[in-house]
Amino acid sequence: MSARLELFPAWRGKPIDEVLYECRELLEDMTFPTVVRWREAGGKVAGHFQVYFPEEIAHAAGMLPLKLRGAAVEPTKSDSHFGSYLCSILKTSLELVLNGHVELDLFVTHPICDAARNLAGIWGRNFEYPCQILYLPQNPNSTHSTTYLTNEYARLRGVIETVAGRAVTDDALRSSIEVYNHNRRLLHELYQIKRESPWLVSADEAYTLVAIGGLIMREEHNALLEAVLPQIRSRAVKEQDRIRVVFDGGFCEQPPLDLIRAIGRSCYVVDDDLMIGLRWILNDIPLDGDLLANLADAYVNDSSHSPVQHDLRKPKEQMLLERIRSSGAGAAIITAAKMCEPGLEEQVVHTRALDREGIPYFVTEFEENMTSFDHLEIQLETFVENILFD
Amino acid sequence: MTVNVDHDTIVGRGNRDGAQLFRDWFADLTAAAHAQRGGAYVFVMGSLTELLRTFDFPIVFPEINSLQTAVRRIAHEYLGEAEDFGYSPDICGYVKADVATQLRGGDHPMGQIPKPTLAVLTNACNTYIKWAEIWERMYEIPIVTIDVPGSRAAGQASDTGSFESDRRYVQHQIEELIPVCERVSGIGFDIDRLRESMQHANVMSRSWKRLLDLNANRPSVFNALSDGTIYLGVANGFRGTAAGARYFAELVDEMEYKAEHGIGTLTEELYRLIFVGVPCYPIFRRFTELFTEWGGTFVNSTYLWFASGGSNVGFEYDLDRPLESLAEGLLVGVRDAMDSMFFQSELLVSMADDFHADGIVYHPIKSCRTVSTGLADTRRHVMKERPVPSLFIESDMMDRRVVSEAQLKNRVDAFFEGLAARKTRAAVTAD
Repeated sequence: MSARLELFPAWRGKPIDEVLYECRELLEDMTFPTVVRWREAGGKVAGHFQVYFPEEIAHAAGMLPLKLRGAAVEPTKSDSHFGSYLCSILKTSLELVLNGHVELDLFVTHPICDAARNLAGIWGRNFEYPCQILYLPQNPNSTHSTTYLTNEYARLRGVIETVAGRAVTDDALRSSIEVYNHNRRLLHELYQIKRESPWLVSADEAYTLVAIGGLIMREEHNALLEAVLPQIRSRAVKEQDRIRVVFDGGFCEQPPLDLIRAIGRSCYVVDDDLMIGLRWILNDIPLDGDLLANLADAYVNDSSHSPVQHDLRKPKEQMLLERIRSSGAGAAIITAAKMCEPGLEEQVVHTRALDREGIPYFVTEFEENMTSFDHLEIQLETFVENILFD
Repeated sequence: MTVNVDHDTIVGRGNRDGAQLFRDWFADLTAAAHAQRGGAYVFVMGSLTELLRTFDFPIVFPEINSLQTAVRRIAHEYLGEAEDFGYSPDICGYVKADVATQLRGGDHPMGQIPKPTLAVLTNACNTYIKWAEIWERMYEIPIVTIDVPGSRAAGQASDTGSFESDRRYVQHQIEELIPVCERVSGIGFDIDRLRESMQHANVMSRSWKRLLDLNANRPSVFNALSDGTIYLGVANGFRGTAAGARYFAELVDEMEYKAEHGIGTLTEELYRLIFVGVPCYPIFRRFTELFTEWGGTFVNSTYLWFASGGSNVGFEYDLDRPLESLAEGLLVGVRDAMDSMFFQSELLVSMADDFHADGIVYHPIKSCRTVSTGLADTRRHVMKERPVPSLFIESDMMDRRVVSEAQLKNRVDAFFEGLAARKTRAAVTAD
């Protein structure tokens, strides 16, 4: 399957607002038309659960790496596979494959939390294709973690080669890393705009542009971002008197787009951890030497942060404060998905640090399937007014 | 093996001695706390106590401390205190009970818990990592995560391709832990002390496996839920000690004696059950009675597998190469513990066959996603594989707000009525 197959042509030749409209339509289309198109053309799909997955390896095998991030669907089929007291993303991700909207050839989950690790077993009992846990290192402070991860990536490459039916050559992997390096630079540029001129791109627009990357091949995502970013920069939009906030808590289950939009009506969201896995690696991955080792080293030593990775070099509250300071934010929105254990635990750490620093914050919980935002919006507006008129 | 002892002395000895050892352990912890000695905080899945004991750390298991608050029916006070501090009602109750214990300066119904001076944890449960981060902030102590890669998919525990890579990774991390222990304790690493501790652990592992195997006997020789939890406490708290090794050697003697003489538990065994999940500690005794009143006894449980850190495998260390073997044992044990939570369906099918189970009781709980997330799907799978009736009841291991005894009883009674009807039908068919 060629990366040249265009999965999402609808945006081509359109002005920025129409492009963003098409992107939103695609993001909210629960029939996953890009995946359907890919499969109809004979392509294979590597579904990977949140948060981070080395997509380059699947891409180099000619597979479509599909980020499974839950969905705004009712878990009618998947509900009986789970008990109570669980976050929604587990159920809706499985729902997508049980109801046939998404067909996979490989499923990979990660040890990000106790619930997510169970998905390999659950998926494996219900589907014939390989369903695995990719054991990303949880002790990145060990001097051996990069070597271990390199070996783990080599194992993963073997699994992917078997599923894809073709070898992942060094040349193919180098080419894929190059595509992804470019993608990371473009996403970084989008976030630069958010930080420097947040009035040019709203929170939901930026989110949409990032999230689309999990549904299409990265070459196509690159082309989209290359077309859109200059248009965003040249938008004739005036800055408004809004507070700048950092949104935290979107590293796994995603808040509904309408919730992000509602927040954007009251504040400028200048930085966030939404879909952080797509932006996990901070700089270009070298294209020479042992490429799997380069990928592993980047994961361990040149990466962002989230509640589901413990790294002594990245105390969570310090990283949040750094995100707030570097983006010039004056407040934070500290969220967690309902029943998300790591997210809920992180809220305590974050709010105490923000208290110490005297940074105002707004705490809430969300669920991907929530449909009413009025109450939350009123609370948020009150919070904002308190800051503005303080 | 024939044990030449007095019947009244040997039968019930494990429960009596286990309770005494437990009291002794908490008395020692209290003394350590009063002497301002810091404890090594560890967890049941991959405690590495074999190594930590060589540095003379008082060993603290916060999970066991927390469950004790529930068994003693005061967990709600601790949970409330942690929730007032900011923790959500929807997170692990063990974590919250421990937070409150720390906020109370170590005050605990069984004594005084020393503050941590070091925390060593594995990734067997992700909450371990988040939990240790709390102590890191409260006390600014070193916390060391030993990352133990688990099985990548069902049935791939000993995948030869990655096993050696994984073992080396674990060994490196243990070697990195040792200087931290030396620095914190002020005691140099002594490999002969480690060998001695590992030797004791070998006796315990061997005995633990034998103990579980003996319960395939009919009638079963202990109740895996009630008696088993006592044994589990000793297995964790005394791992790597002479007292622990002696206890388990004697426990095996007791159970072999019972098996030999056809002595079962206090319950007349009408139904042999398997328990999957974590016990309901807020009503621990009553929860067991809901089953024993109907003649149901638990002959095995996944709890005795994962909460023993995988000791059920019976792995024994090679004392000629202690560090390599310690890494291998940790990898094999913790991986097995994780398998019995994440990839348990085939294990349960085997367990049902080997222990001639009449029913399987699944008990997912609010507090623990590690254990609970996959249970409903596992149940579906096992039902397809074997015609063994099952019961699915939800409550919690800590939080009495989500434990409804009346509802549980209704479900359990209905389950046994079904089992009884099934038994009657089978008898009629056999006639």
